[in-house]
Amino acid sequence: MSKDNQILEEFTSKEYEHGWSVNYEADEAPLGLNEDIIKWISTKKEEPLWLLEWRLKAFKAWKTMAEPSWANVTYPKIDLQSLRYYSAPKQSNKPKSLDEVDPELLQIYERLGINLNEQKKLQGIAVDAVLDSVSVGTTFKATLSKLGIIFCSFSEAVKEHPALVKKYLGSVVPMTDNYYAALNSAVFSDGSFCYIPKGVRCPMELSTYFRINAANTGQFERTLIVAEDEAYVSYLEGCTAPQRDENQLHAAVVEIYAAKNAEVKYSTVQNWFPGDKNGKGGIYNFVTKRGICAGDYSKISWTQVETGSAVTWKYPSCILKGDHSIGEFYSVAVTNNFQQADTGTKMIHIGKNTKSRIVSKGISAGKSQNSYRGQVQVMKRADNARNFSQCDSLLMGDKCGAHTFPYIDINNSSAKVEHEATTSKIGEDQLFYCNQRGISTEDAVALIVNGYAKEVLNQLPMEFAVEAQKLLALTLEGSVG
Amino acid sequence: MLSIKNLHASIEGTPILRGINLEVKAGEIHAIMGPNGSGKSTLASVLAGREEYEVTEGEVIFKGKDLLELAPEDRAREGVFLAFQYPVEIPGVSSTNFLRTAVNQVREYRGLEALDAVKFLTMMKEKMKLVEIDQKLLSRSLNEGFSGGEKKRNEIFQMAMLDPTLSILDETDSGLDIDALRIVSNGVNQLKSKDNATIVVTHYQRLLDYIVPDFVHVLYKGRIVKSGTKDLALELEEKGYDWIKEAIDSEATV
Repeated sequence: MSKDNQILEEFTSKEYEHGWSVNYEADEAPLGLNEDIIKWISTKKEEPLWLLEWRLKAFKAWKTMAEPSWANVTYPKIDLQSLRYYSAPKQSNKPKSLDEVDPELLQIYERLGINLNEQKKLQGIAVDAVLDSVSVGTTFKATLSKLGIIFCSFSEAVKEHPALVKKYLGSVVPMTDNYYAALNSAVFSDGSFCYIPKGVRCPMELSTYFRINAANTGQFERTLIVAEDEAYVSYLEGCTAPQRDENQLHAAVVEIYAAKNAEVKYSTVQNWFPGDKNGKGGIYNFVTKRGICAGDYSKISWTQVETGSAVTWKYPSCILKGDHSIGEFYSVAVTNNFQQADTGTKMIHIGKNTKSRIVSKGISAGKSQNSYRGQVQVMKRADNARNFSQCDSLLMGDKCGAHTFPYIDINNSSAKVEHEATTSKIGEDQLFYCNQRGISTEDAVALIVNGYAKEVLNQLPMEFAVEAQKLLALTLEGSVG
Repeated sequence: MLSIKNLHASIEGTPILRGINLEVKAGEIHAIMGPNGSGKSTLASVLAGREEYEVTEGEVIFKGKDLLELAPEDRAREGVFLAFQYPVEIPGVSSTNFLRTAVNQVREYRGLEALDAVKFLTMMKEKMKLVEIDQKLLSRSLNEGFSGGEKKRNEIFQMAMLDPTLSILDETDSGLDIDALRIVSNGVNQLKSKDNATIVVTHYQRLLDYIVPDFVHVLYKGRIVKSGTKDLALELEEKGYDWIKEAIDSEATV
């Protein structure tokens, strides 16, 4: 084995940092999936009848659908009947504010470096903390509500703002969109809801922190973000899970609606448990994320740093319906050991003068497989549509794979679509050059990888960018030796 | 400072160095010359710790330590600097960021505290003058899209920042026009002190007009076959390497 491969191997064999779990008394649904379970969840959440009917309709549709098999990933069939679809920490009284939330639950988040105490919290970020199936607390709600901004758990939104939920739920990702979206529509338990009224620029970053704790439980959260005319919001999402031997399913749906002149920036740092060095355990991350630039001059920008999960299947997309609307997708996906990622985006140009930009940086190490899959579609009336795509792959070692699957579908001759792709390897030369200047090999890899991913990391809000840089280095630690 | 004894090294089983002996003292400049394929760059790489080369025999003592036992980064931290013949590009990493990481890791090894951004930039500004390098160049990705001259200047700039005890310049003159050669040489000369030493690996005498060596060694077939002063370089310039080759080859056949 050549030196750089040895180096890469050692560097990628680092343990997962958030692998611990906590025992709390849980309120759980029985195992399995059927109409009764869906009714059980809906009753538990005291939902209105229309929502139960919506769930049941989705369930009915889901039963007729087949699991997608086109992605470049392999995993054993998931027995959906052996999963639990609801698990929530038992709390005697429903907490009315964060002060009443069980301190033990708050501690879980503190251990993850997320302080839900507003005074101690970083200024400028409001957090909704989702543990397994429910939201345990949302910070800065009062401050935000003064501006008319609604930021709360999905369950709360169903109770407090039913008209808004009813109007937008499933409007971007229809319940029958795909197998996992339909499953989510039937059994989703909680998530975040965010509404920015007309003309309001949200003064702080909104963020949701997802944590899976319980075993044998799937997490099916739903996020809905609505930005009215001239509104702006930057939204962050983070996720971790305990280290368990069995695989766990996470099938989320995120919907974004941007009205005229609105701008939504959605950033994710995904760090679900990736499985151990031998590929045992890890999260199956099958997520549908889509935004619609419904109004003219609106903009939706996705930034994702994907470091976790055993298998990832995720394509944050933009429907560019409004004229002059803009869609962006910036992604760094790192796979190590036995991880598999099939991720990318779809840019659907419908309106005139719409623009999209795709920057995807894949990093593969260990025995992992990393695929970019992207679609650029220009519809008939989308005059002067522009797309620029750049898909780069970086290989560490010689046992991993990088793949690119770009699909381009143009139905308007005025469209301009550019696609660039590169594949490179962290070279022995680069590592030696760094070593010769006194830089250790681990720091050299971190330096090279962060340099490679810089264009994407630059898109992240400051605090997140620093975290993401550390996370990239951590994920790849031990992959070089 | 540096003592090389009977050094043998090979790459993929092919011997390249076949018994090098060399003593370098503080304050000295040594030039290593020789025809193509004589092992000049190999010697530089072996001293810096490049892994593809296997040392099969001999020892290298640097400041009292067994250099061959040290990892490449520790050799650098001990004060060995190699100016690369072909500097490597690292996309997305600015020269400034790269050097700050390097300088602080070297400082940490030497028990010094890390330089903060302000102190680092002050130091950078001062050293930039040595090689007339532009700040704009240093905020660009390391060596990416740099001209040949800019790359070599950047190497000497890094040398100035890292303040090594032993600098090895591997064909630093290759690909330089006369102006760049002058600038690079000036930088090297200004960095010279009684406490450090330089090994200049080169094909041509031209560089030695600017960086004047105390000793000149001719490497041929993996051995130092002739040593002398600056005059030896001039003689080589005039007569080429053939007379040395012939002398050695005929000796070998006897």
